[in-house]
Amino acid sequence: MADVMNSHATTSGTHGHRALQHHFENMEQQREAGTLGMWVFLVTEIMFFGGMFLAYTLYRSKYPAAFASASNHLDITLGALNTGVLILSSFTMAMAVYFTQVGKRRPQIFCLIATLILGLTFLGVKAKEYHDKYEDRLIPGYLIPGAPFGPAVQKEGEPPDHHKLHLLPGATVEQVQMFYWIYFAMTGMHALHMIIGAGLLTFLLIFSIKGRFDPEYHSPVEVIGLYWHFVDIVWIFLFPLLYLLGRHFEHG
Amino acid sequence: MSEHIVPVRVYVTIFLVLLVGTLLTVMAAFYDFPGRLNTIVAMTIATTKATFVVLYFMHVRYSIRLVWVIVASALFWMAIMFALTFSDYWTRDWMRVGY
Repeated sequence: MADVMNSHATTSGTHGHRALQHHFENMEQQREAGTLGMWVFLVTEIMFFGGMFLAYTLYRSKYPAAFASASNHLDITLGALNTGVLILSSFTMAMAVYFTQVGKRRPQIFCLIATLILGLTFLGVKAKEYHDKYEDRLIPGYLIPGAPFGPAVQKEGEPPDHHKLHLLPGATVEQVQMFYWIYFAMTGMHALHMIIGAGLLTFLLIFSIKGRFDPEYHSPVEVIGLYWHFVDIVWIFLFPLLYLLGRHFEHG
Repeated sequence: MSEHIVPVRVYVTIFLVLLVGTLLTVMAAFYDFPGRLNTIVAMTIATTKATFVVLYFMHVRYSIRLVWVIVASALFWMAIMFALTFSDYWTRDWMRVGY
């Protein structure tokens, strides 16, 4: 106990850092405790998204033809573009952590701004996709007043129209609606996490400009980085599951 | 300080690996594999990408053991959730009790 008390009095080394909280021995212990706490939170997030991945797997195995039909209606180009944008943002976030660790503030701020812009780009593309779905009347249930779920279905012999739903044999419009419930629940929760992430990045940016972080104290950058990468991982799974896997039903 | 600082070239390498993985998964989607292999290929690529992100971008490879335990616990409980749910749903036909 005496050592702990003394450690507060001394100003040498990491013990005297202004960001050190009284219940930690030193900066390293404080940083590790923060990282550990963030990982415990991320486990709850993994279980939360896990439930939705479970629902996806279950309904896909139940309605394979409808899931393939609905999946084919999504825009692969926009999905792939967004995957690239998110991976690049994860890279710039990792670089922001790196520049904080080595104490280079200007590149650190630049990387945070880049991450924020890329995150907002992702959300912009997502908004465009949601609007396309709205125009094709694919928003499930009565979520949109005056525009309930009711896509136009492509009929036999009609010229192909990409606004119309092309139903594979064995698929019904009701089953396709189930896909879109899951699609909007999963991408919507993911987008909400991106919006929260953009808010957290803004906070990091303000505190970086104020010069709060240094090689000794940068837990907020590290921990928000962990969150950002987690959101990236969710999308790494969502992209193939929602956009790509529908393409092969006809061939077994 | 014992904090491990991941070198920039590692971050660049992982970034390129992730881009190549994305490219591969899109290409694989336009190619017909027999049976359910398309799903297996896509999920293998996604899991590999996620593993690289966790180990390097999220620094788990250089983290204390307790972080490893916590990450493993997430996978463990996820496996329980999927295994128990599907041991029910995917075997209902066997008993002819229907959905």
